[in-house]
Amino acid sequence: MEVGSKKEKKMGFEETELRLGLPGNTGGSEGEVARKRGFSQTDTTTTVDLKLNLSSKEATAAGMNLNEKANTLQKEKNLLATDPAKPPAKAQVVGWPPVRSFRKNILAVQKGSSEESEKASGNAAFVKVSVDGAPYLRKVDLKMYQSYQELSDALGKMFSSFTIGTCGSQGMKDFMNESKLMDLLNSSDYVPTYEDKDGDWMLVGDVPWEMFVDSCKRVRIMKGTEAIGLAPRAMEKCKNRS
Amino acid sequence: MCLCLCCVVFIFLILIFYMKMMMGSSFPEEVLEHVFSFIERDRDRNAISTVCQSWYEIERWSRRRVFVGNCYAVSPVILIKRFPDVRCLELKGKPHFADFNLVPEGWGAYVDPWIEAASKAYPGLEEIRLKRMVISDDTLKLISKSFKNFKVLVLSSCEGFSTKGLAAIAADCRNLRELDLRESEVEDLNQSSGHWLSRFPDNYTSLVSLNIACLNSEVSFTALECLVGRCPNLRTLRLNRAVPFDRLAILLRRAPQLVELGTGEASDLRPDVFSPPDVFSNLLGAFSGCKELKSLSGFWDVAPGYLPVVYPICPRLTSLNLSYAATIQSSDLIKLASQCQNLQKLWVLDYIEDLGLEELAASCKDLRELRVFPSEPFGAEPNVLLTEQGLVSVSEGCPKLHSVLYFCRQMSNEALRTIARNRPNMTRFRLCIIEPRTPDYLTLEPLDVGFGAIVEHCKDLRRLSLSGLLTDRVFKYIGTYGKKLEMLSVAFAGDSDLGLHHVLSGCENLRKLEIRDCPFGDKALLANAAKLETMRSLWMSSCSVSFGACKLLGQKMPMLNVEVIDERGPPDSRPESCPVEKLYIYRTVSGPRFDMPGFVWTKDKDSALGLS
Repeated sequence: MEVGSKKEKKMGFEETELRLGLPGNTGGSEGEVARKRGFSQTDTTTTVDLKLNLSSKEATAAGMNLNEKANTLQKEKNLLATDPAKPPAKAQVVGWPPVRSFRKNILAVQKGSSEESEKASGNAAFVKVSVDGAPYLRKVDLKMYQSYQELSDALGKMFSSFTIGTCGSQGMKDFMNESKLMDLLNSSDYVPTYEDKDGDWMLVGDVPWEMFVDSCKRVRIMKGTEAIGLAPRAMEKCKNRS
Repeated sequence: MCLCLCCVVFIFLILIFYMKMMMGSSFPEEVLEHVFSFIERDRDRNAISTVCQSWYEIERWSRRRVFVGNCYAVSPVILIKRFPDVRCLELKGKPHFADFNLVPEGWGAYVDPWIEAASKAYPGLEEIRLKRMVISDDTLKLISKSFKNFKVLVLSSCEGFSTKGLAAIAADCRNLRELDLRESEVEDLNQSSGHWLSRFPDNYTSLVSLNIACLNSEVSFTALECLVGRCPNLRTLRLNRAVPFDRLAILLRRAPQLVELGTGEASDLRPDVFSPPDVFSNLLGAFSGCKELKSLSGFWDVAPGYLPVVYPICPRLTSLNLSYAATIQSSDLIKLASQCQNLQKLWVLDYIEDLGLEELAASCKDLRELRVFPSEPFGAEPNVLLTEQGLVSVSEGCPKLHSVLYFCRQMSNEALRTIARNRPNMTRFRLCIIEPRTPDYLTLEPLDVGFGAIVEHCKDLRRLSLSGLLTDRVFKYIGTYGKKLEMLSVAFAGDSDLGLHHVLSGCENLRKLEIRDCPFGDKALLANAAKLETMRSLWMSSCSVSFGACKLLGQKMPMLNVEVIDERGPPDSRPESCPVEKLYIYRTVSGPRFDMPGFVWTKDKDSALGLS
């Protein structure tokens, strides 16, 4: 994963090369199989670790283009294979129709939030995810996951190469593995929250997963010290967790 | 008028030359140099440099502007040797199909060696324009430190840099006029020294043009506002999505002299929540105050209800880019477009539909360029009522229309013939029928005769993109009639090598040819090898050109770089008859390049490695 890069991933041949892609942030680039199964496979985990190490070096290299870059989820959604549950609409041809990547992204983003159905890949529910202290946000498609745990794992991988809290010039590789981040996320230091359709900030985990996906507009993983102003019940749950 | 001036100057030059011949004495160099300063076009300057040795010398010392269409066609060393005092450098890197992700990352087009060389040879360099190149932050820093009078930086579809590089430019380029990042990919690195926009010094006031529309990152509004406020010559401002629409009014009031504006994102503009009626009237007032505004773009996620804020300026608009405005549907588009009677350029999504284009044809009689982009390029079924009819309407109603890019799902030979007859002044015609190999929907025949009509009637056609079901016949037409054609894009077309042969042997002015997924093989390529030296480049991917033919071509034509781009591994690990994945051939005077990644092979690579 190229940290910070929102570069387009090359199409077509990468479908076979994306063995190194992170299932979480490459959104199905592994193909239908990875998408459905989530991250329970140990082999994907090992390749994911490899990827992280690689990407740390890449990230510190001064902006040189290297072969493996992260996809943007939207692009993957648009271009790659279909959900296995539905018959494939048609084979996606690489680079056809000849539309520039930034155009595809724009439309996907706008459609994603309005849950417009796309023939090839079904509904998408893109939301912004911010982690307090991380230098920038990410976008995830909630429809890619089946449970809170899957989402949590995905986010863990996605943000694991950030230094949370500090942003030194070399600070891109402070989290050696995602389990450290997972601990942090699971601890009372960080509180996962989301903004729902009504504009209220809620604690993640209260409602059934499907209901969450339907109502979530954006996600913020905030520092516990800043978790003021949440709905009282949420605060209580917060305390109960610690 | 410029042409007239050139003619006059040419005549003058011919007179001088004649007098020189007759009288045996020559004019002082200063006079010639002064005369040459009126000649701007590269082709003209190239021509006068061939007259005689002294003209060659004078010309090369006085050439200030250099355009290199393929960065690998010539080297920095050769450039500097011939032109010692260049002020404006323009370079293009990757082939056009890189825009559609057909060129693997790491292929090349690094500008760093060029800037390195320029930093030593051209201290007076003022302008750098790059397209499809890779530029690093270190190089941006080098630019900011090396060229004291640096004025213009245009990075079109570039990548490899971040906001850190931008910060260096902002901080140290005291004379910067133009910073244009159009469609580049910029990494956002959170800087502890603050947002990069705030690195422009407080006493910096010379900004004329700023285009940051492609930036995905947040923008410091305060820094932006200050910058806009203190630069009285600012005429172009293209914001990115991070700049909220409702704060646009603030910027517009600071810079009412703006000529070109790109708005930010408007998705947060919900009338019921954020101080509502004020926002609308505020924006309306601000737009009304911009008496010079001629070009508008942006409009991400804008609620149709806010469109009327731009109505006051519509009659003055000559350029409108609504191709990101996925929230605006047909009726609102029509209302907007019909008020822009002076519109010359329109980029829009296919939400405009046939009806909208008909309305456009009726209202915008000065329209010269139309681009209609697909809102759902990957949907199998049409989602909008946009067909060939829309294009036909515009071709009928807009007499000055000469440049078209049109995505649609159905086309007929009849429509193409009509368009051709309506618009013989067409110079750029790019049609993309979304589903490959789609026939004429009325007759189910190939679209050969339709495109044939286009090339036959449009005698000044310089650029053509084909799509739909096409046989070798269309290439015969193109070879026969496309005498002024300079760039041709072909996909999923043709039956045999004959098709390619027609184009290579017939199109005298062909410079760039890009082909994908066509059954073209070795024969036509090898038979027309000499033609390739008269062109800038040829791209072929997913065709049937064998590795053996590539090797042969490379050996036969030393002035060409024949690059085999194949991610399956070294081409000599497969039989020679095996077709290559991708092929990029270009003429060059600087020999093989040495920055090729593993998946690119040329004949010199083998010899460099000491292999057969």
